Amino acid sequence: MTGDPLFADGFDWVVLAILVAKAVIGFTIVVVGVIFMIWFERKVVADMQNRIGPNRAGRWGLGQTLADGIKLIFKEDLKPDRADKPVFRLAPYLSVVPAFLTFTIVPIGGVFTGGNDGGVELFGRRTWMQVADPPVGVLFLLAMSSIAVYGIMLAGWSSGSKYPLLGSVRATAQMVSYEAALGLSVVAVVLLSGSLSTHDIVAAQAGSIFDWNVIATAAVPFVVFCVAATAELNRPPFDLVEAEQELVGGFHTEYSSIRFGMFYLAEFMNTITMSAIIVTLFLGGPAGPVLFGPPLIWGTLWFTLKLLVFLFIFVWLRATLPRYRYDQLMDLGWKRLIPLSLGWLLVIGAISIGRDAGWNRPLTLVGAFSLGVISWAALIGAMRVAKLRRGGDEFGELSTATERVG
Amino acid sequence: MAEFLRAYLTVAVFAGAAGLLVALLSTLGWAVRPSRPSRQKSIAYESGVDPAGTDFGQSQVRYYIFALLFVLFDVEAVYIFPWALRLEGYGVFGLVEMGVFIVILALGLVYAWRKGVLRWV
Repeated sequence: MTGDPLFADGFDWVVLAILVAKAVIGFTIVVVGVIFMIWFERKVVADMQNRIGPNRAGRWGLGQTLADGIKLIFKEDLKPDRADKPVFRLAPYLSVVPAFLTFTIVPIGGVFTGGNDGGVELFGRRTWMQVADPPVGVLFLLAMSSIAVYGIMLAGWSSGSKYPLLGSVRATAQMVSYEAALGLSVVAVVLLSGSLSTHDIVAAQAGSIFDWNVIATAAVPFVVFCVAATAELNRPPFDLVEAEQELVGGFHTEYSSIRFGMFYLAEFMNTITMSAIIVTLFLGGPAGPVLFGPPLIWGTLWFTLKLLVFLFIFVWLRATLPRYRYDQLMDLGWKRLIPLSLGWLLVIGAISIGRDAGWNRPLTLVGAFSLGVISWAALIGAMRVAKLRRGGDEFGELSTATERVG
Repeated sequence: MAEFLRAYLTVAVFAGAAGLLVALLSTLGWAVRPSRPSRQKSIAYESGVDPAGTDFGQSQVRYYIFALLFVLFDVEAVYIFPWALRLEGYGVFGLVEMGVFIVILALGLVYAWRKGVLRWV
């Protein structure tokens, strides 16, 4: 609970230089990562769909992203005459900047085992291997994903056109719904680590694989977080925001040239940072066995490997799953994920209190779980009874729905 | 400068760099791209036919209800995060207290559910 030792004693030019160096390195990682991520996604999706994918620009098509970027810069920029011009120009900033900022709290390496605190020496100063370590790291993550909603909302609204408007209100409702589930599933991690700082969360998972939060919280918050993160990123199967068949391009229908490129960039950047956050919060970040040589390199290597696995999974989901319907999406968020993560939070709380108080462990587990099951059954039972009282059957909802619309 | 704020200095530098990148790319685009405006190009896109209706459409109330519910759960998160940090200090008392709090909030969700607000029509 100390924060970055870089700022512990005094502030001078060396500290400032390290600070700027860290920002530049982090910035480079994100930008280079995004360039490769776009190529990676297109290549992997192409393979899964039995196509070749980009193969013209550079070796294996590696220069495809740069070629696309250059093309977009040279494209004419069109603005609808009904658009709210200042807001229309502002929206890409609101989309890209939070996407970058989320990456600041990700520890990309460091040694946390054997009495080390994950610090590295740089010009004679100790610092963490992450761009910044705010004491409220997890809240910072939630705040940034909230600001990203503004980028999408304002982009759609300021276009003065129907498809973007629909896309953006959809996006807002979706992101706001899943943010609740996202936040509530992180609480279980915070509860076990006893800190909101990402550095402390990683340090708390440093021991064996059983200390990793995905196992320590029994996987449920991890699954909820992954589903909510996919929805938060507007990635398939939750990409209703840009459902091509219904909304053309969604919120960025009216955007062209490099302004559109910004949204594209932000989308892939968010995928990378969200995968990094999942690895940090649930999979121990840089934790992993040191096989030979300096442990510092292995930390970063393990982190990169775990990150790549998640990036691949996100691409895999896109290639295999069909899109959700909007009512299914909302049902999943509000009726499944939120009650589940709330209940699980209490179970985890009971178990951790029980461990501290020295209660009988199996008894605590069984008690907590049966309480959870009973309340779930009560909830479902109450809904069932209420539905029967209304005289509706499985299709009763549908008929009232059509009446309402009509 | 307090140590608390210094941790955010890097964040500020990073935000500045990100903003600069967007500004730089936008300026570059503005400098090199062609501009041949025409009436047709600035019409809002509606699948190729002439746009109908007024500029800013109205969206349905159902989106707004989810925003209201979100406020409920976000405020809840404000209370849950500090509790999760200090749970060991509070012990059983804290657990029971939060249990009561969560049950009351869950009742709110059940009420919304029962009222059919969560039903997408």
